[in-house]
Amino acid sequence: MSSFWNIWVWVLTLGSLVGCFLLLRMCLKNFAGVEEGESMGHSFDGIEELNNPLPKWWSTFFLLTIVWAFFYIAAYGLGGWSGLIGWKSSNQGILNIAESKAKTLEYSLKDSGVLVQYDREIAAADARFGPIFAAYAARSIEDLATDDKALKIGQRLFIQNCSQCHGSDARGTTGFPNLTDKDWLYGGSPEAITETLVKGRKAMGMMAWKGALGGEQGVKEMAAYVISLSGRSVDPDLAKAGKGKFAMCAGCHGADGKGSLASGLPMGAPNLTDNIWLYGGSKRAIEETIRNGRAGVMPAWLDIFGEEKIHLVSAYVYSLSQD
Amino acid sequence: MKNSHEKVEKNVGLFFLFTVFAISIGGLVEITPLFFQKELATPVDNLKPYTALQMEGRDIYIREGCSNCHSQMIRPFRAETERYGHYSVAGEHVWEHPFLWGSKRTGPDLARVGGRYSDAWHIAHLTDPRSVVPESNMPAYNWLNTNTLDGEITGKKLETFNFLTRNRSHKDENGKAIPLYTQAEIDGAKEAVKGKTEMSAVIAYLQSLGHALK
Repeated sequence: MSSFWNIWVWVLTLGSLVGCFLLLRMCLKNFAGVEEGESMGHSFDGIEELNNPLPKWWSTFFLLTIVWAFFYIAAYGLGGWSGLIGWKSSNQGILNIAESKAKTLEYSLKDSGVLVQYDREIAAADARFGPIFAAYAARSIEDLATDDKALKIGQRLFIQNCSQCHGSDARGTTGFPNLTDKDWLYGGSPEAITETLVKGRKAMGMMAWKGALGGEQGVKEMAAYVISLSGRSVDPDLAKAGKGKFAMCAGCHGADGKGSLASGLPMGAPNLTDNIWLYGGSKRAIEETIRNGRAGVMPAWLDIFGEEKIHLVSAYVYSLSQD
Repeated sequence: MKNSHEKVEKNVGLFFLFTVFAISIGGLVEITPLFFQKELATPVDNLKPYTALQMEGRDIYIREGCSNCHSQMIRPFRAETERYGHYSVAGEHVWEHPFLWGSKRTGPDLARVGGRYSDAWHIAHLTDPRSVVPESNMPAYNWLNTNTLDGEITGKKLETFNFLTRNRSHKDENGKAIPLYTQAEIDGAKEAVKGKTEMSAVIAYLQSLGHALK
């Protein structure tokens, strides 16, 4: 801010403090020309206005607030001057995260003369919780999956951040995978779960197959065949016709329909033979999937959680499908 | 001594003037200087203008009153930054007209919601919030799926934003202001949004939130 506006703030602030004081002093004087406690000379319905002074307690408190203001200004500063304790709520005016970190570091030094409330709060929390997270980070996910305390932290983080899609019991919903079964799109090993959390996942995406399958009849045939893969009863003629075209699907789901993970590929194409259905297992839902395609996305969480917390969430998710 | 109070007490116009003077001092000290503060007019390094579709999404966000229940302002408290990410800074909001900070959180803060959920989640959630968050009390906005945009005034909106942000845009290496939108972008705005659903616009807007501070 330019010096003009600093002066502006100083003049108006100090001016109004002085103004308040002068106004109070004026009002404490008896200038009505009437003795204190006597009638002011008019009455209404027998109610008279008396010349009463301002209550002592009130005017004293008023005066004290004015005095208090000078201490407050001295401590917290005014118009460009940051005061004796150099207090700031946060580092505003930063243009990127690197600057934010640099400022935090700069002001954390004892002789910087600046006290950033937020940074102090974070530093206190880091000092308290940092060692706890660091201790967990040093242990393996398999080990943490048997540690009730670690799982409790992981569960808290999961409920706050992951339950919106996967549900608070982690059993998912239409379009968002169940994490408690052993059916994985990208792998259920500790490493695969961590990778999913860190980088996120983007399914290669199932295209809309209606055209390639030769219209609505083709969709019906393919749906019948896909349903039959998990042993459900279907119209055998339809399924047979669908089977003939399944080569189109095999590129991602595998020739046997066991999904991309079974052949170690990272496309996220589900296993079609286990009767677990990410987008619904009804005939109608499966037809819809084939007709218009699907593409699931898991966001990346590294920036939000940081590595140590991801480690705990991974452990929690890993533990869900362990017997 | 004459009772000088009487002049104010018996003259309502004068009393009014004195009152306005007294209560304006707070604003003159606390608000006016902000208009001239450099850090409130400098965009953060990675701030990007809304695309045509995001701009339409923003207008739907305003129309549906989302900011009545969702704030877009992460305060510098640990409890907030743990949940939402880095606290909001002035430079992220210098192109906002109007500000959509909100003041009430019936729902969560959305300042950094971009990228946190997949598009598919947003569709499910806006169409029927209870389908993904059973305890949610958010209304369903299922008409967003069927309403489509015509883009008749989208270009005008971009042009207006060029005007509104003319003193606060990024600068090139010679210190010359770079307008938010090129003429080509303004001309192509209608084509960019025409026929798209309001759902896709709102989601494009939501996914754009919070990436500016990097």
